[in-house]
Amino acid sequence: MENTIISLRNAVVEYDGEKILKNISLDIIDKQFVTLLGPSGCGKTTTLRIIGGFAEMASGELFFNGVNIKNLPPHKRQVNTVFQKYALFPHLNIYENIAFGLRIKKLHEDEIRKRVGEMLELVNMQGYEKRSINSLSGGQQQRIAIARALVNRPKVLLLDEPLGALDLKLRKEMQIELKRMQQDLEITFIYVTHDQEEALTMSDTVVVMKDGMIQQIGTPQDIYNEPKNAFVADFIGESNIIDGVMHKDFLVEFAGKNFVCVDKGFEPDEPVDVVIRPEDIKVVTQDKGAIVGVVENIVFKGVHYEMTVDALGYKWIIQSTQSEEVGSVIGMNVTPEDIHIMHKSEAE
Amino acid sequence: MKTPRALAIPYAVWVVIFTVVPLGLVIGFAMTDPDGKLTLDNIFAMSDYMSVLFRSILFAIIATVICLILAFPAAYIISRSSAINQSTLIVLLMVPMWINFLLRTYAWMTLLEPNGLINKLLGLIGLGPYNLINNSGAVILGMVYNYLPFMILPLYSVMVKIDQSVIEAAQDLGSNKARLVRKVIFPLSMPGISTGIIAVFVPSVSTFIISRMLGGGTNDLIGDIIEMQFSGNSYNPHLGSAMALVLMIIVLFMMSLFNQFGSEEDVVL
Repeated sequence: MENTIISLRNAVVEYDGEKILKNISLDIIDKQFVTLLGPSGCGKTTTLRIIGGFAEMASGELFFNGVNIKNLPPHKRQVNTVFQKYALFPHLNIYENIAFGLRIKKLHEDEIRKRVGEMLELVNMQGYEKRSINSLSGGQQQRIAIARALVNRPKVLLLDEPLGALDLKLRKEMQIELKRMQQDLEITFIYVTHDQEEALTMSDTVVVMKDGMIQQIGTPQDIYNEPKNAFVADFIGESNIIDGVMHKDFLVEFAGKNFVCVDKGFEPDEPVDVVIRPEDIKVVTQDKGAIVGVVENIVFKGVHYEMTVDALGYKWIIQSTQSEEVGSVIGMNVTPEDIHIMHKSEAE
Repeated sequence: MKTPRALAIPYAVWVVIFTVVPLGLVIGFAMTDPDGKLTLDNIFAMSDYMSVLFRSILFAIIATVICLILAFPAAYIISRSSAINQSTLIVLLMVPMWINFLLRTYAWMTLLEPNGLINKLLGLIGLGPYNLINNSGAVILGMVYNYLPFMILPLYSVMVKIDQSVIEAAQDLGSNKARLVRKVIFPLSMPGISTGIIAVFVPSVSTFIISRMLGGGTNDLIGDIIEMQFSGNSYNPHLGSAMALVLMIIVLFMMSLFNQFGSEEDVVL
């Protein structure tokens, strides 16, 4: 049975009269890797700060293992945070940085030494005990920040864009390492990022946020394959989002043609957003294509080519392993399973 | 590299004319008698004034400690305020410094006098009058009032650079407020503390205006005695120079001692 460790109920946060979080409810399952994903200003960091105890809710409740901890100060919470800018103590060496939380718990020096040693091993930084913080690279500082938080054996670790300042290669390495640590230690990780690839790579559950509201909660596969609305579809990878009309169950009209699809339950002739992933569009010859368009440009991306194709005034993004001439006329086909129908997002 | 060196020449000339030469003159006067003969009598004559010297150092230490206790939380609160509030509070702190030092100290006289403003107000509710002026407390009050900004400003300029997330990290790792101050904010503020201590202690230990105006002649400090040797009835620039020299050496010695402690980590004053 999956246990809910953190439960946020109807959280509203206001700052200078502006609503940062608009009535958010969220359950975090114990021992999961949960990612809060969204563009900047969507409220993901604020959500994390509520859980850490650094932001106050105008209204709402926060439960930790069923106990309301809304008014508990940060130093009494069983969570630890890895901050965006590492936030290591510049006046302490690496050993003392990691030992900081243990000294507050008044542990015996032998126990402190043992646990700091374990942590340095976990983050692959053995032998750095006496070094000063300023002598470390960004990636090393981040490892120490992770060690400093994990050494306290928190029930939940909060990570606020911890890899944001690292270069791409190091970031990929750290993603894998973080995932390994989370699985080995069996701790709940709540991870904030604006990088959709990072979210898909590491998470058990992804929470997509926008404008202080949750757009969708699901596994990376759910989020990618079955985005709930056009925003999620667009934010998680590239998408073609086209206006369409749902004539009846399993039949949608877009780009001037009727297509068979797998969605149902819409009003008759309801205007909808049709979402098609660039990699789901098959390039065929002109006569075999359901939609016909002109290739406007083509870019080599390594694994595939990315084309922009103009068809009836709409620019389609297509990913294909084969190259086409710019200016040539091509046909495009899409299977019913790859057509995702979404309600029009309501204007707020 | 020639040009930068040349740019330093005006300052070098300034230092030679207004620091090195006068210092040489002070040493010269201190080591001679009125006939121009070399002597150490002036230095030995200091022994008559040891109690005044001791009082000066004691008052300056008390004033410095009070300034530190008042300034530390004040500077911290300013450093954590919004940008607009920070500049407003700093300007408010500086405004009194734009008013003449003598005038400000006179103002305290009119406040503290037996029939001054404070005693009159207390009289309205049937209290007093109290003896608020011409005692050691008034002198120390004058020092704290005049030199408090010199403690707040360096503390503020160091504290404002402490990253908020470092403070949050300490709380996150289990620090309550007391521990946060003791283990994080205080050590990170150390450079500001040592600058502030010097900035308050040095003018306090050598002041003569404050003690004269608020001390009522019974709380003379070494500064008053030195001043008398140059402008008073007991005109004796040789003794005055010797006193100034001894005071300077004592201050230098105390500062170097303090700096040695200050540079080590986790030293509480």
